[in-house]
Amino acid sequence: MENILEYLKAERSQEWRTEIRKSIKAKERMGKTRTNMPEEDPMVRNRSNVEVNSGLTAEQAVLEAQRCIDCPNPTCMTGCPVGINIPKFIKKIETEDFLGAAAVLKDTNGLPAVCGRVCPQEKQCEAQCFYTIKMGKPAVAIGFLERFAADYERDSGKMAVPETAEFNNIKLAVIGSGPAGLAAAGDLAKFGYDVTVFEALHEIGGVLKYGIPEFRLPNEVVDVEIESLRKMGVKFITNFIVGKTASFDDLKKQGFQAFFVGSGAGLPRFMNIPGENYNGIFSSNEYLTRVNLMNAANPEYDTPVISGDLVAVIGGGNTAMDSVRTAKRLGASRSMIIYRRSEEEMPARVEEVIHAKEEGIEFMNLHNPLEYYADENGRVNKMKIQKMELGEPDASGRRRPIAIEGSEFIIDVDTVVVSVGVSPNPLIPASLPDLKVTDWGTIVVDKETMQSSIPDLFAGGDIVRGGATVILAMGDGRKAAAGMHKYIMEKIKAN
Amino acid sequence: MSKIIEKEFFSENVAKIVLDAPEIALSRKPGHFVIIKIDKKGERIPLTIASSNPDKGTVTLVVQKVGVTSAKLLALEVGDEIEDVVGPLGMATHIEKVGTVLCAGGGVGVAPLLPIVEGFKKAGNRVITVLAARNKDLVILEEQMREFSDEVIVMTDDGSSGKKGLVTAGMEEVIQREKVDLSVVIGPAIMMKFAALTTKKYNIKTYASLNTIMVDGTGMCGACRVTVGGKTKFVCVDGPEFDAHQVDFEQMMSRLGAYKDQEVAAYQKYLETEEIAG
Ligand SMILES: Cc1cc2nc3c(=O)[nH]c(=O)nc-3n(C[C@H](O)[C@H](O)[C@H](O)COP(=O)(O)OP(=O)(O)OC[C@H]3O[C@@H](n4cnc5c(N)ncnc54)[C@H](O)[C@@H]3O)c2cc1C
Ligand code: SF4
Ligand code: FES
Repeated sequence: MENILEYLKAERSQEWRTEIRKSIKAKERMGKTRTNMPEEDPMVRNRSNVEVNSGLTAEQAVLEAQRCIDCPNPTCMTGCPVGINIPKFIKKIETEDFLGAAAVLKDTNGLPAVCGRVCPQEKQCEAQCFYTIKMGKPAVAIGFLERFAADYERDSGKMAVPETAEFNNIKLAVIGSGPAGLAAAGDLAKFGYDVTVFEALHEIGGVLKYGIPEFRLPNEVVDVEIESLRKMGVKFITNFIVGKTASFDDLKKQGFQAFFVGSGAGLPRFMNIPGENYNGIFSSNEYLTRVNLMNAANPEYDTPVISGDLVAVIGGGNTAMDSVRTAKRLGASRSMIIYRRSEEEMPARVEEVIHAKEEGIEFMNLHNPLEYYADENGRVNKMKIQKMELGEPDASGRRRPIAIEGSEFIIDVDTVVVSVGVSPNPLIPASLPDLKVTDWGTIVVDKETMQSSIPDLFAGGDIVRGGATVILAMGDGRKAAAGMHKYIMEKIKAN
Repeated sequence: MSKIIEKEFFSENVAKIVLDAPEIALSRKPGHFVIIKIDKKGERIPLTIASSNPDKGTVTLVVQKVGVTSAKLLALEVGDEIEDVVGPLGMATHIEKVGTVLCAGGGVGVAPLLPIVEGFKKAGNRVITVLAARNKDLVILEEQMREFSDEVIVMTDDGSSGKKGLVTAGMEEVIQREKVDLSVVIGPAIMMKFAALTTKKYNIKTYASLNTIMVDGTGMCGACRVTVGGKTKFVCVDGPEFDAHQVDFEQMMSRLGAYKDQEVAAYQKYLETEEIAG
């Protein structure tokens, strides 16, 4: 810890930093208002797949960067799970060295263009910003700036391929190509390893591809990052389920010396209420996979999807917001959220909730489904819901929803998307009886090295945390890469 | 990418397709299936692996033309490539020596039944197989079944081959004649439903292999869910075989029809474009 503070201090006192800091008085910086993100018109975008946020212009980014007062004690950094040097990258933007800003981001975050778009900044870096905690003013728009620098680098065509150490011919396997796997693969390649990523689906990217919709995270942004990993020598094998297509032992025989498991929390949960298996009721994973991964809404593609007219989405997380906004885009006249707590407890990013409201999504907060009804063809046509009120906080710290007796009523629906959480993917644990898992099925790992109970197997991301976030998954992937590097080096020394 | 090594039509709408898929061929056991996606714009569909050859690195699928994807698949030629093939998926059939096993296959359910018949025979069981089809031309794999069965009974709706009648009639004939320890039924949902009712009458433990709609095949989406013994199960990871007496076949049939309108429209469109192209 001492070391980090010393390091930050030294960085901050570099000449260019001091100069730019002094170029505008702190008071003047604090007098500026937060830049708004340019957005597509809500009533146009809710009929198309265009990205909602169009990104800051260079002028806007510089103006926003000027708001940052370059604190001696940058509290924002404590909110970032991977410890990005936030003031440094922001000051690089202020000096208009946008590529330099991107390089700072990439020191700690392999996917800044993704994180700038999907991180819950209002709960992380921006929640700890000086403006938020000391002045009660809107935080510096760290997320917008992160996205700006990363997009600038990508659009410049000067995306630097990270340097890799001399190729050491040691084969390592990464299982799953979500953010955890991609981050691990990138760092392992930097260390010089021969890295192969195995992915069960036909596309690379995990939730970034099959879950998060185009209007929030264009596939192109993810593809560029994957391309960059390819240039670093990382190999990708799709349609390969480790534990099914081949076992860990098979892979060991092929020469793989250690494994990183980033297999995610892919299993959708249902509520187990009557009628939940009627047609027209989907998990959010199915609904989003059909639309995002399989392109079902495009008539040129073979996969069908039901584009409902009266759509209810159960839940209050990012997945629920993505589903309900997708339904609107597929033409629903009524697209509504049914959530058992109030808006304050919603786990979704605040920006997504705001965007959803602008797009005409209805919110039935403090409501909970009880039962579904169907027509003679087995297609859902009504649901019974119940009003809720909030009681004392529960284990998660959120106030517990309590049903209000006698408040049940029935609404018409023709499509329901159940988005009440996911469970860890059991494929890997099921194929490794010796692997230690929790009662919830998450893999038990050492917090520092991400090593599991099987010495040559490391894990991170949602398979370790349950449903979490992109940035936490990435952070885990990087920690695990360091842990694996150490493990291999020690093994070599011991021999 | 998987190359088509061999293709042979069993009847107008049913063909055997042998694919180059070395890893799957090595890992696969009876009861397993694959998910395929023909090309970039294709959909993902499950197909049971009828047999495999680990030495040659091939797996054999038997495909019946029922919609756009199966029609496209049957239109491919030897040497063509299928973009995505993933597997082996699902739980393998639990094969052991139990005594006498009554296997019943209807329609294209005969293909996935073949490895199971073979497995039970090789495990030392007496295996009696009932094959059902609408007419003589639609009876497939009869010869291969004979190779691994102590007896094969063919049932056709019109009596054009074997005996006239439904699969259940053939099953009853065996059950009334001798002691059956286990039954395995694979076919259209309606056939499995009635086959299960038949064995239930005689208290014979029965497995049905379910062919629900699937997307990923890895337990990620829940498209394949069915109710078994009052509980929701995912066919792709918990199955595809379940206790047939516990399966809610009515619900399964209804779920199979979820996309009927889209499927019919898509097939119509496909046939029209084929006509123009052809
Ligand atoms: C719709 C949706 C919206 C979200 N929005 C946000 C957001 O805005 N912000 C945010 O921070 N987080 C968000 N999340 C959560 C975030 O996406 C996840 O926390 C994150 O993707 C987890 O990363 P991961 O690498 O652990 O797993 P995943 O991204 O789930 O990737 C796991 C991959 O492993 C593959 N796999 C599994 N088993 C095997 C196997 N045996 N062999 C080979 N491959 C295998 C899977 O197919 C999958 O591709 C969202 C999630 C969803 C579903
Ligand atoms: S990675 Fe996320 S938490 Fe960290 S600075 Fe960027 S937006 Fe904030
Ligand atoms: S096919 Fe998606 S969970 Fe079974």
